[in-house]
This record gives sequence, structure tokens and C-alpha cells, in this order.
Amino acid sequence: MKKLTLFLLIVAFGWTAQAQEKGSVLIQNATVITITDGDLEDTDVLIRDGIIERIGKDLNAPRGVETIDASGKYVMPGIIDAHSHLNGVDINEPRNPVTAEVTMEESVDPNEVGIYHSLAGGVTSIHLMHGSANVIGGQGETLKLRYGADQEGLKFEDAPRTIKFALGENPTRVHGQGNSIQPRTRMGVEQIIRNHFDEALDYKRKREAYLEAKQGFDRNGRGTPPVPVAKNLRYEILNDIIEGEILVHCHSYRADEILMLVRVFNDYGIENYTFQHANEAFKVAPELAKHGAHTSVFSDWWAYKFEVYYSTAYNASILNANGVINSINSDNDQLQRTLNHEAAKVVRYGNTSVNDALKMITLHPAIQLGIDDRVGSIEEGKDGDVAIWSGHPFDIYSKAEMTFVDGKKYFDLANDADDMRIHIEPGTKFEDGSHMREIVSRREADACLQDAFILFGEQSAQQHN
Amino acid sequence: MKKLNIFIVVAALLFGLHAAAQAQITEKPGFGKYAITGATIHTVTNGTIESGIILIDGNEISFVGKNAKITDDYARIDASGKHVYPGFIDGWTALGLVEVSAVAVTVDNQELGDFNPHMYAFTAFNPHSASVPVTRVSGVTTVLSAPSSGIIAGKAAVMDLWGYSPDSMAVAKSGALVMELPSSTGGGWWDDRSEEEIKKEYEQEIKEINDFFEKARFYDRMVSAYEGNPSGKTKPDHDPRMEAMREVLSGEVPVVIEVGREQEILEAIKWTESQEGLNVIFAGVEEGWRVAEEIAEAGIPVLTTTLYTPSRDYDNYQRPYQNPGLMAEAGVKVAIVSDDTENSRNAPFEAGYAAAYGLGKEEAIKALTINPAEIFGVDDKLGSLEAGKQANLFISDGDPLQPMTNIEQVFIKGYKIPMDSRHIQLYEEFLDRDAVSTEE
Repeated sequence: MKKLTLFLLIVAFGWTAQAQEKGSVLIQNATVITITDGDLEDTDVLIRDGIIERIGKDLNAPRGVETIDASGKYVMPGIIDAHSHLNGVDINEPRNPVTAEVTMEESVDPNEVGIYHSLAGGVTSIHLMHGSANVIGGQGETLKLRYGADQEGLKFEDAPRTIKFALGENPTRVHGQGNSIQPRTRMGVEQIIRNHFDEALDYKRKREAYLEAKQGFDRNGRGTPPVPVAKNLRYEILNDIIEGEILVHCHSYRADEILMLVRVFNDYGIENYTFQHANEAFKVAPELAKHGAHTSVFSDWWAYKFEVYYSTAYNASILNANGVINSINSDNDQLQRTLNHEAAKVVRYGNTSVNDALKMITLHPAIQLGIDDRVGSIEEGKDGDVAIWSGHPFDIYSKAEMTFVDGKKYFDLANDADDMRIHIEPGTKFEDGSHMREIVSRREADACLQDAFILFGEQSAQQHN
Repeated sequence: MKKLNIFIVVAALLFGLHAAAQAQITEKPGFGKYAITGATIHTVTNGTIESGIILIDGNEISFVGKNAKITDDYARIDASGKHVYPGFIDGWTALGLVEVSAVAVTVDNQELGDFNPHMYAFTAFNPHSASVPVTRVSGVTTVLSAPSSGIIAGKAAVMDLWGYSPDSMAVAKSGALVMELPSSTGGGWWDDRSEEEIKKEYEQEIKEINDFFEKARFYDRMVSAYEGNPSGKTKPDHDPRMEAMREVLSGEVPVVIEVGREQEILEAIKWTESQEGLNVIFAGVEEGWRVAEEIAEAGIPVLTTTLYTPSRDYDNYQRPYQNPGLMAEAGVKVAIVSDDTENSRNAPFEAGYAAAYGLGKEEAIKALTINPAEIFGVDDKLGSLEAGKQANLFISDGDPLQPMTNIEQVFIKGYKIPMDSRHIQLYEEFLDRDAVSTEE
């Protein structure tokens, strides 16, 4: 046992020490799924110091760069999940309908072994999101799955800021039903957003006037000091949203509530936003296309709650055919490991082309997170976040064999130990089941309400499971 | 992009004509005599036949093979280049019992009370659930629809997914008794009971269960004695709970026990051995690979899945995918199920993962067909393509475990099923939403 602990410590230390390194590798003779430039047969990809330097035939490995023969195999961009709660310590701050000031940045668990499980599914980046208890929830954090890095090291450097909004049943249940405060209805949800934006704009006007007056007072050193307007982080964040500095990702299901937010955002001049889940987005696909709104949906989940009862697994195909930039997300630790096959279902349901379906787990989520200049396709100059697959990633029998982030190999099927924990809680016993991991399967439908169920009492919590 | 436009136009032309009028599935099924020709026939029990012929006569398959005279009264379906498989059986779902899981009034799989052997899923099965057509057009033609609550939840029913009444859909009204055993260990990090409390509660619950079975055996002996020779005996009072246990005690109706962890599985094996004559099946069995030999030795078949996260932090992420294969290798009969309701249609992909991680394609198909049929004792009707069996089958354009494969035509009990569902109808209505009809 001691030996094992020591070994794990060494492994853990090793990981941490290497975590931020950029890697170099030459992958040879693969079918390269570029996403933006078709599939290239018998092609090499050279990644140097974390960046894709060249894509071509018969490339030579620079001195000291590892060469991997990928004949008969496929290389695709690392999968990006635009909706995840994989390693969030807390997911919801559910005691107010608006909590724009809280961040997932403070809630990243770098030791979550699920990060490794997702790497084994060819995933390299995730959007770690706040839950959907609140109309305006907390800010998200875009991560690269550099398993072994600390909280800081997992961050996708310079990724745009994001924030979670939520419409419909979740906020009306948590606040209206649970706390007997607005919003209790979809009418209330709209006004919560408008009122807070208006208050934020008033705050900004007053705060700026105060700061200007104070500056004048400080400079002149005479007269009456202005009445202070205290700094309010919540309103500052809301102003950042209005000014387009934060990308909104809005949990939503029904077509009417989706259009409501489009109207509100038009009124405040907010652009570049993504509807998350959006099971009924297909009903308003032309409007979404017209306003440039994006969607990020499940491949086939439906009927687990009333607002998704009149939905269809053909959602993604309809959105795509209407020109809406759509991604397929998981919102689920299990589904994240198999997002390639979730995307394959988009071909099944509605005959979307294979490349368009692949975009939905690579380039499109990258666009929605504002990181498409760095990841989401295999192009020279982009980050070396790629995975090697044994066959086409949509084939059910294919496996991810290696996954690279910044050119560094974080997963290798040929070298895949059982115990990949970085951190071991002292005193945990698994044999008797007292520290069993919570098994997540498909049916865990509403990870978005994690931590908020306590508000409904025990019965709801059980029902949730 | 041009191609896509053409596709949209064609689709609109094809669908637009009748789509707007459709609120329900109004198309009638076909029924009668069908000859499916030219397909690769995956019989499951008698190998694969290239360019074979299947004849359907009413409810039944009348011929499977290479050469048959096809008379003019057969409607021919040319399936050259296609594949025919027996309809898939999802052996663990709440389909028909739960419509929208978050809306309590639509949830009919959880009756109150700990001992409910007399509750029948058959009774609450809604033939008109929106999930039924969504499921059957994917090739899943039959399900075990199961209740889940208390200790003995009730009886699960084996149901075909075509029909207008539970009576016409039931393959087995009493498909299986569903029960759960208490755990002698803690329930996880959220369980704050002391070790002593856990032990005490466990012993108490096990005693309750054993007492219930004991009482049921006594009732069975008493009623059997009376039925055998009523003269001189007082007729015992009718007890619906006890009555419902009789077919279980005789082994005629199997008992599904839900187990997950290693310890639970071992305890359930021990309990099974303490009960004579029960025909036990395990469901869940996430840690089955840890004790596969023991399950095999006990001769207990399993209903299991693959797409879930590992049960322990130090387990390799592949274990859930490998679990069915590892159990089968040890000699356990494995059925792969969805453990889902509205997405019962995903059972084939659960099997695909099992196939890729050790079970192999052929066994994975068996795990969706003949194995569940045998486990539920309905293999005289279902589970393979054989003359004399019920005509539950589908035609696909490829390997049905692949997510990109299309299921082109489904037959259930000989009915040529309209390939329509809410999901397809919404697609047809909204793909080109703003197109207008130019008809007079």
C-alpha cells in the first residue's frame, strides 16, 4: 500500500511538473480530418512547441521530435464540449435569480479523474458552466484538459469570458416554486433580465458620474465631496454583457422563450450568444439564422421534462440545414466521453453530412466559446490539440488511441493504467461501497440543477435521480 | 450547399404534402403476406444467409432461407444490399409507464408500498405513449417495461411496440417480478448512518423480505392443498399479494433483482441460494466484472448497459464498456438493455460499445435478441429469425449497432409498421418551415 501511495505521488508530481509544457510530435501517414479543408489521406501533421506547424506529405521530424506512425488511423481536432459540469466543485449558487458575479473560475477541481476519462474520449477542451437555477447565473470557465495541471494551468488562456443565463422551468421552479419569489413564470423571467439590465445601466451612469465628480473633487481639493456610489460587481458584470465583453450561453428549451431572449438582446444590442440545450430551437431556426444566434444541443435527449416533450432528435439537422451554427454538447460526464457518437447520430437523424456533424463537436463549439482562432480544426498555426483514432471517429468500434493538448500527450491507450487519480482522499474505502463514485449514465438528465435540488426538499432530490 | 438545397426541396416535396395534416400517426400498417428478398439475413440462431428470402405470413415468419417459391399473393420487398435482423429487445426500461419523468402525474412505475408483487406494469402501460413509435422505428420492437420502487416493485411486462391495447401488445403480462435487496454496507458518501445502524437496518430488512417469501410459500402450499382436494378443508381467504407470488415461487415467472456493486452482487447470489426454486435475473450489475465467475457459477443471467461512468475512482474508464464482455467470457448470459425510457432506442449503441470492448459483434447482437428472449422465457416467439416465430424484424442499410445506420422498415407481429414518430413528424414539419403550398 505504501509503495502504491509513493508511486502515485511520483506520478502526481510528475504530472504537475510537466503540466504546462508544450509538446512536439510528428504524426505520420494518417487520414487527417481537418474540418476546414476536408479529409486528407496519407498525411502528416507536425506539432512543434504546442502549435501545428505543418500539414503535408512526407514531412521530416525535426531533431528530437517523436514520430508516430498513424497509418490506417484518423487524426481529428480535439473534441470541444460547449456545455460541461465535469470538474465543477459547486455548480449552482441558487439563492438569487441573478448571480452574475459568481464564477466557475473559483470552482475548478483539477484532480477530478473524469478529466482523464474525457481525454480518453478524444476531448481536449470543455466549457465548465454554472448551473441553470438562476435567470442570470455565474460566469463560466473554458478549460483545456491538461490533466495534472493546477486550477490555473487548466484554464484556456485568453479565452473570452462567458456567462450562463437560464430560461423556463429551472429558474421558475427554483425561485418561483422553491422560494416564492419572481420569476414564477416565463413572463417573470423576461422582466428579471430587463430590470437587471436597466438597473445596471442606471448604476453605470451614476457610478461614472460619481467617479468623475470625485476626480474633480480630488483634483481641486475644495467644495463638497460627492455622495459615493459604491462599486457593485453584479452590475459591472451585467454592463460587460451589454457591452459585448462576455459571451452569453443561455439554458433554454422552448421556442417562445428563445425568441423572447432574442428580442431582449436586440433591444440592448447584445450579439454573439448561444442557446444551450435549445430542444425547440428547430421551430424557430429561420429567426435564429437571421439574428446570428447560435445553438448547442443534445443529439437525442427529450421527454425527461415537460419543456422537452415536443422536441426531436432531428433538431441539429434542421438547425444546420437552416444555416444556424450548432454544436452537440454533453452536459453529462458520461456523454462527454462518447461525444463522437453523439455527433454521428446527427447523420442518422436528418442526413447531415459527416463533416458538418464533425463540426458540431469541434469548430462550432470553438466559435461559440470564441476560441476558434486557436482550436476546432487542424490548420497550421492552430494549437496542437488533436486525437488519433483507430478508425473513423463516428464508427462505433473506433477508439481514441492518443490525445494531445498543446502537442503534449495526455492520453495513450497503449499505456493506460487503471488508477489515474492524481489526488487520493485519505481514509477512503471503496471495497464496502462507502465511497463509491456516483455512476453517471444517460439518464442523469439535469446536471444543470446540481446543488439546487436541496431547495425542493428530499422528495424532489430523489425524483431527480 | 447546392446539394443541401436540393435535398431540402426534395424533402419538402416528399413530406410537405401530408406533413401539415399530421398530428398523430394516421398511416395504417400493412398486414398479410410479405416476401423480403435479396438481403443478408442475420438469423442469430442459424448463422447468416447471404441474398436470402424471408416470408411473412400473417403474424409469423413462415420461411427463412435461400430458395423459396414466391407466389403472386406475396408483396415483395426488395432488400438487396440490405440487412435483416430480428427485432431488438430492450430488456430494462420504463417505456409506456413513464411519459415525462419530471412530471409526477405521468410517472406510473412507482407504486407506494414495499411489497407489491400484485402491481402489473401491463396495467399502466400506455400504448399511445409518444415514446413507443420513437422507439420502434429504431428497430427496438419489444421491451421489458419494469416498475421500480420499494422492495418488491411489481411485475414487469414483455411488450411488443405495436398495438392499441396492452392486451394486444403483451408477449408476457407477467414478464418478471422486480425487486431490490437491501445493502449490508453504506449507501455512499451521502449515507451518514453509523456502521451499527447500517447493520441493524440491513438485518431487519432482510428478515422482512425472508418472512414475506416464507409467508408466500405457506400460502402457496395451503392454496395448492385446497385446490388439489377441497373436501373437508376451509377455503383460504384470497390474498392478492400472496397469490401474485405463486407463479414466482414455482420459477415460472423470473425475479429481477437490481444490483450494482460487488458486495451487493455477492449478497444477492447468497440470498438467491437461500431461496429454493426462484428463477433469478440480475439487472444493473455495474461491477459484475469483479465477480463474473461467481455470477456464472450461480447461473444467473444479467441485464446490463455500458454507457455510464466507472463506479470507483481507481477503475479504468473502459470497465463499463468491458463489463458485458467480461461477464460473457466467464459464462454469464448477458442481455444489453437501455436502462432508459424515452431513449430506449439507444440500446443498440450500448451494445455497440460492448462489442467494441470485448463482447464481439455476434454476441452483442445476441445480447439484444435471443439472450433477452431466453432470459424472459419468450424465445419460442422472439429473438431470432426462424420459421414459426413471430415476425418481429427490421431491415437496415448496415450494421444496426452503428449510430449512422438507418433502420428502413420494421415489422412487429407481422405488421409492416409505418416508419413514423413524433420526432420524424416534427422534422418533416420544420425542416423547411416557411415553405408554402402552391396547391389549389
